[in-house]
Amino acid sequence: MIRFADVYKGFGDKQVLTGFSLEIRDGETMVIIGYSGSGKSVAIKHIVGLLRPDEGEVYVDDRAISELDRAGLTEVRRDIGFVFQFAALFDSMTVFDNVALGLRRRDVPDDEIAARVSEALALVDLTGTDDRMPAELSGGMRKRVGIARAIALRPRYILYDEPTTGLDPVTSAIMDRLMVRTREHLGVTGVVVTHDMRSAYTVGDRIAMLYEGAIRQVGTVDEIRATDDPVVRQFIEGRPE
Amino acid sequence: MIVQIGGSAVRGLEAAGRFGRFLADTGRALPDVGTWGRLLIVQMRRVGVDSLPVVVFIAAFTGVVLALQASYTFTGTVPLYIVGTVVGKTMMLELGPVLSGLALAGRVGASVAAELGTMKVTEQVDALETLAYDPYSYLVIPRVLAGTLMVPLVVAVGVAVGIVTGWLASLGLLDLSTPEFVKGLQFLYRFKDTWYGLVKSASFGCTITLVGCVVGLNTRGGAEGVGRSTTQAVVYSAVLLLVLDAFWAMVLL
Ligand SMILES: Nc1ncnc2c1ncn2[C@@H]1O[C@H](COP(=O)(O)OP(=O)(O)OP(=O)(O)O)[C@@H](O)[C@H]1O
Ligand SMILES: [Mg+2]
Repeated sequence: MIRFADVYKGFGDKQVLTGFSLEIRDGETMVIIGYSGSGKSVAIKHIVGLLRPDEGEVYVDDRAISELDRAGLTEVRRDIGFVFQFAALFDSMTVFDNVALGLRRRDVPDDEIAARVSEALALVDLTGTDDRMPAELSGGMRKRVGIARAIALRPRYILYDEPTTGLDPVTSAIMDRLMVRTREHLGVTGVVVTHDMRSAYTVGDRIAMLYEGAIRQVGTVDEIRATDDPVVRQFIEGRPE
Repeated sequence: MIVQIGGSAVRGLEAAGRFGRFLADTGRALPDVGTWGRLLIVQMRRVGVDSLPVVVFIAAFTGVVLALQASYTFTGTVPLYIVGTVVGKTMMLELGPVLSGLALAGRVGASVAAELGTMKVTEQVDALETLAYDPYSYLVIPRVLAGTLMVPLVVAVGVAVGIVTGWLASLGLLDLSTPEFVKGLQFLYRFKDTWYGLVKSASFGCTITLVGCVVGLNTRGGAEGVGRSTTQAVVYSAVLLLVLDAFWAMVLL
């Protein structure tokens, strides 16, 4: 279980999160939607301790993230796969090494690493790209390598930061199916940050909208679709006014 | 005015605090040999390959110039074999380490800062952390150790090259014979000349890579930020090098 308890976070004078509270239950996929720049990426970076709250706390399995030392944080991170918005592939390494790096850290034997890397690459439809460098890949391919890097670890939680932004509709649909499958087969708890509503409805069990630093509404897909909150309505219908 | 001074004092303290924390984090990562051991070899090769041509080039010319200037200065006053002494001592004690150090601040320091800066702004450093790696043992320690170990080696080669070109210049352009030049080299030589230069070079190598890492990992703001960090790394390490040079002269000589 991941729980945000009244988190405040700002950079300089700019307050990004102001009283952000949200609970993600084991086994579910929580979709966080919100305007560009509303702080979605900032919020999920707190889960892996890349950012620390100014106030409030984030709990992963009841471990308070901001109180952990580096060793404790490393323990928590072993359970979590993080898919970065812009992939964040290591550009000095091949695709294979990118996916394998996390496994090496977990002392997985070499032959198993090879097997798990090709399995993960197959899942994201990138079989045979092992020896390519990230610079030779398209944006969508890089993103999929980023996803492969996270699922190869077989973590208990996967955090996806805009997994379908910038992909063509078919590839987006494949990504959605992949996320659903990952949850069903591996029982992974997911957090998906997106502003692609089609994707949100497909992969989400529940949807939460981040608005002005806090959660405006959280509910099941059906509840959100039927919402009468004007702010949420406007966002999910994509109306300019 | 007072506000300004206060502001820069606070910023200075903050920077010092950041640097202290950086050193502490690096120290804490040292026992993690399993992670940095393998990477150290890669970085040592890189520092070596990056720096050897520059250092040899600089040293070769310095050796010639030293011989000619010494002969210009001493002709008619002291025996000319002193040219060998001047070339050897100056190369080992000062010009070998310092000129190489300054050139390497531009070569190695800039490349470390640019590489880590790019990794920082493209979130590769964050990605490393989420994969449960410690950026200090994965990125910082291999680079700083490689700098500390390789720069003295490269400088030693440079000093040797400088002495050889100084000797060749003495033979070709001055009226000096090989035995005289060698006599000059041995005259007043102390073993300390050698180790002093090497210790100094090691401290320069450490400083250059450390500054590159600190500045690189604190990069903000995209490609422009990376450019700024690269320049900063060169300027800071060049200044620190000269300060360090004076420091060693006061402490060790
Ligand atoms: N490290 C940082 N330093 C300073 N400001 C930051 C930092 N990270 C994020 N911000 C600011 O916080 C705000 C929220 O950023 P964030 O990246 O979380 O938005 P987002 O909701 O993910 O948007 P998008 O959908 O465009 O990715 C932005 O205004 C951004 O400028
Ligand atoms: Mg974002």
